[in-house]
Amino acid sequence: MKQEITFKINGEACRVEVDPTWTLLYLLREVLELTGTKEGCGYGECGACTVIVDGQAINSCLYPILEIEGRAVTTIEGLRKPDGELHPLQQAFVNKGAVQCGFCTSGMIMSAKALIDENEKPTEEAIKEGIAGNLCRCTGYVQIVDAIKTVAGRGRT
Amino acid sequence: MQPCRDRREKQKGSLITGNDKGVTVAGFEYHKPHSIKEAVHLMESLDNARFIAGGTDVMVLLRQKKIAPAHLISLRNIDGFSDIGFENGLQIGGGVTLNEIVANDFMQKRYPALTDAAAMVGSRQIRNVATLSGNICNAAPSADTACPLLVLDAIVKTTGPQGNRQLPLDDFFLGEGRVDLGAGELLTGFHLPRLAMNTGSAYIKHTRRQAMDLPMVGIAARVTIKIGGNEIGCKDAFCTIDNISNILSKLEDEDLRIEEVRIAMGVVAPRPVRARKAEAALRGKVISEKLFEEIAEIAATEAQPRDSIRGEAWYRREMVKVLTKRVILKAVDRVLRPDDLIRPDRLW
Repeated sequence: MKQEITFKINGEACRVEVDPTWTLLYLLREVLELTGTKEGCGYGECGACTVIVDGQAINSCLYPILEIEGRAVTTIEGLRKPDGELHPLQQAFVNKGAVQCGFCTSGMIMSAKALIDENEKPTEEAIKEGIAGNLCRCTGYVQIVDAIKTVAGRGRT
Repeated sequence: MQPCRDRREKQKGSLITGNDKGVTVAGFEYHKPHSIKEAVHLMESLDNARFIAGGTDVMVLLRQKKIAPAHLISLRNIDGFSDIGFENGLQIGGGVTLNEIVANDFMQKRYPALTDAAAMVGSRQIRNVATLSGNICNAAPSADTACPLLVLDAIVKTTGPQGNRQLPLDDFFLGEGRVDLGAGELLTGFHLPRLAMNTGSAYIKHTRRQAMDLPMVGIAARVTIKIGGNEIGCKDAFCTIDNISNILSKLEDEDLRIEEVRIAMGVVAPRPVRARKAEAALRGKVISEKLFEEIAEIAATEAQPRDSIRGEAWYRREMVKVLTKRVILKAVDRVLRPDDLIRPDRLW
């Protein structure tokens, strides 16, 4: 039985008809066609589907869709400025070569953003802890941590 | 660069709809009660219903088709369910997430074993939604927060069609995956009693990798220490960065005694268990590292681990010895020294 919900996606209000069995990830990818958010394992192990809900990083593959009512969701598509300029974290990932196959990248960036929004200047230890739930099967973690470090300490992102 | 085009632009202003292709889960109704009473009533009146709090386990089970409920009753919108209160010690609501526990300074100071454990569950994304009560209700032998709650003498609060109940956590666990919850009964929170002065607690989790892993063995301890029957005055007396073994060897003549102790072990039995013989052997004794080694041997005899993909039984038993000693030392350290001088977690 379909239900109507209202929530904010990347700053814009959105009214959408959903089925209670959907996850937030399904709504984002299959209905809203915001395919920057990836589905890896679907069990909350890999973090490829990480998005930010009300300031907190969460696995969208495990998020029941009806809980999104009235909340604000930020996805990787919401980071770029309207004029196309990349978010500092995105630019840092490009500069440091932190993207290999790219599948984990959106999740990594969303986890990093949630971390930096909460703790402006995280230590290397805190960065590693912050992205511990994001798997990179290319194992390019060193560049990823380096990229996040260049943004850490530059203030709120 | 092209701005990203998505469905919202194509259907500007109108209600966005989607099809169900690719949805593999059988249909269910989703309920969002706003009070505990309403939630319990829903559970009682609906057939094949299930509570869902953070959903990090329920959503996985749904997807694996291990459960097929007709109704999900969400606990996320219950008023006051995520409250943390400080009456008579500590009251933790059933909707409190693991990261809310990690971020709570009071808990970090007074009940650090629980913070140790909560910080080690899954990933940040998981901890942002997963609840303490969910970790306990699953009753996995490997539940990280179970051991700390056992050593902190946690009382479980439940509400059901028959009314409210309170029972010790030790009695709440019935076996692997089984807890003492009747039909339609809901775990509504925990009460952690106020602890005596000079009490320290700690939890150590032994894993193959640092994050996103279940424990091979998890051990928690709580100790209350006295000097010749008196309270220890100022912690700053022990303001040193020396390691705890050296501190203890210097304190040998001080008549430092273990007044009260609790030890709990995870993944060594079908449910998290207390090491009661080891506790009895430690109670009232003068502290020394040698004594802790003896206690660790006793704890190992109380453990009944089994072989699994995460570790073999003999190895787990050996690790029980190592970790029991370590966790007691860490708890003692937390009594003796200001928190910022205690070595970071991973060095234990």
